Amino acid sequence: MKLRYNRNSGFDRVFDTISTMFLAFCLFIVIIPIINIISQSLSDPASVLAGRVILFPIKPTLIGYSKIISSKVILSGFFNSIIITVFGTLISVSLTIMAAYPLARKNLYGKGVILLLFTFTMIFSGGLIPTYLLVQSLGLIDSRAALILPNAVAAWNVIISRTFFINTVPDELYEAATVDGCSDFKTFFRIVLPLSKPIVAVMALFYAVGIWNAYFDAMIYLQTQFKYPLQLVLRNILISSQLQAQMLASQATDQSAQLALSEVLKYAVIIFSSLPLLILYPFIQKYFVKGIMIGAIKG
Amino acid sequence: MSCEISRKAYINLSIKKIGKKIIRHWQLYILLLPPLIFLFVFKYYPMYGVQIAFRDFNPSLGITKSPWAGFKFFSLFFNSPQFSKLIINTISISFYSILAGFPIPIILAIFLNECKNKFFSKTVQMITYAPYFISTVILVAMINQMTSPYGMINNVLTLLGLDTVNFMGKSSWFTSIYVWSGVWQGAGYSSVIYLAALSGISSELYEAARIDGASTFKKIIHIDIPGIMPTVVILLILSSASVLNVGYEKIYLMQNPLNLHVSEVISTYVYKIGLVSAQYSYSSAIGLFNSLVSLIVLTVVNQVAKKVSETSLW
Repeated sequence: MKLRYNRNSGFDRVFDTISTMFLAFCLFIVIIPIINIISQSLSDPASVLAGRVILFPIKPTLIGYSKIISSKVILSGFFNSIIITVFGTLISVSLTIMAAYPLARKNLYGKGVILLLFTFTMIFSGGLIPTYLLVQSLGLIDSRAALILPNAVAAWNVIISRTFFINTVPDELYEAATVDGCSDFKTFFRIVLPLSKPIVAVMALFYAVGIWNAYFDAMIYLQTQFKYPLQLVLRNILISSQLQAQMLASQATDQSAQLALSEVLKYAVIIFSSLPLLILYPFIQKYFVKGIMIGAIKG
Repeated sequence: MSCEISRKAYINLSIKKIGKKIIRHWQLYILLLPPLIFLFVFKYYPMYGVQIAFRDFNPSLGITKSPWAGFKFFSLFFNSPQFSKLIINTISISFYSILAGFPIPIILAIFLNECKNKFFSKTVQMITYAPYFISTVILVAMINQMTSPYGMINNVLTLLGLDTVNFMGKSSWFTSIYVWSGVWQGAGYSSVIYLAALSGISSELYEAARIDGASTFKKIIHIDIPGIMPTVVILLILSSASVLNVGYEKIYLMQNPLNLHVSEVISTYVYKIGLVSAQYSYSSAIGLFNSLVSLIVLTVVNQVAKKVSETSLW
């Protein structure tokens, strides 16, 4: 017994070293770009342009951030994104739970067919143009509702929620409720919903992050600039390099100074727009893990 | 005759039974109604609308009144010079993504699971998971900034005395940057799925292995990997379905005139043909071709997986 243990301990030590090195490598690979971008956003523009910033800010300044605070486009983007995310999440979570609860009930007639209707949308879709034409014919072009309604119900989330209900609410509870004369509505509101706070939280986070991070639908459906959500504003600033001229206007001394400032500004915009997430992440992370766990059990 | 009557009676009875079942739980159906309406309007109606792929769509006539065009737009696509290029680009990006993106989360999950220092493993898990929440726009902006002439990567290259590289300007770099930034963003997230599967493995197996004196490596080979195999197979099947649906949101943002010949994929082409040049029918035909092929691939891979590993989606 002891001999065997000794035989393996050498292997195990080598394994532990490799494993720790691999994990540390992953940690650094993820964290270094983020540190670099934070440092660039806080550095003096000339040093950024000279390519001197790697891990630590050089001659720290907040000039990039001060430009953002005075930028109407970014602030209105934030405001639009908050509105769209709040309403979108509210609608999506309600619809998802409303679909998942009946489908979790054993004695729902036609359950198989209805489930199939949901899952089929995961593997086949009408595609971009037919959806666009539908949104157009509903008169939703250039409306913020177009960013919420078409994807309000995600079949995968319905399935995850359904799995949660099946696993957490035992059949006996429904039976007891029925014996006590509870209607299905009453059972839902009085018994099932109070038990399903975790899944409501997980779903709210899934949908909220999805809506907050989306830009493509906004790009195809919205035309008026003041309706743009943050991600579309960011795309125009960071990737199409639009709008910068007006943000840099007063600083237009010479070309390289302007280029330097625009670089710092880009870094600052990246960090500024990720701030809500950076702050919330440690608190919400465990709910996401929980959500994936529920999904993985099903898978 | 009597047989006919009894059959009718039976049908009547079963309809009544079904009716009773539905009526008894009518409130459940009321709850299901709003989500189903959304499903039909926003998911199934576009599937009905995809018939414009077979019509010469005219906005003033609408979807159902535009004249039929048969397979005109499909053959137009198959014979266009773009066809082979789009297919090759799409498939090579997908396969590269699967090859690079599939093993790393598994290794990460296994190492995290074996790690004895719980604080360290929790930290690594939390940090590697974080990039999943970065939006596509921000991710691409980060890539652009880091690979720019004054970005971090070139700064380090200069520091090491190497020549700087114009990463975004060289099309040969495009696919690698796309794939590895995807791994960077998604590995931590995917590893959580495998960690969930690993935590589901019975502790008795580990106990037995420990008593038998198995090394950590042997435990991984004989317990961990067989234990997560069903999850691996399911995720492989799912990724096979998206071989043609590479992430157009990210690719579209990464495209520039210099890399377009390797970065144009079916889904970005559908967007450009459809909404930028307003060729609705042609674009729908390409999109429908894409969806159908995906559906077929998914079905075939699922059947193969069922035969080979006895794990499948359905």
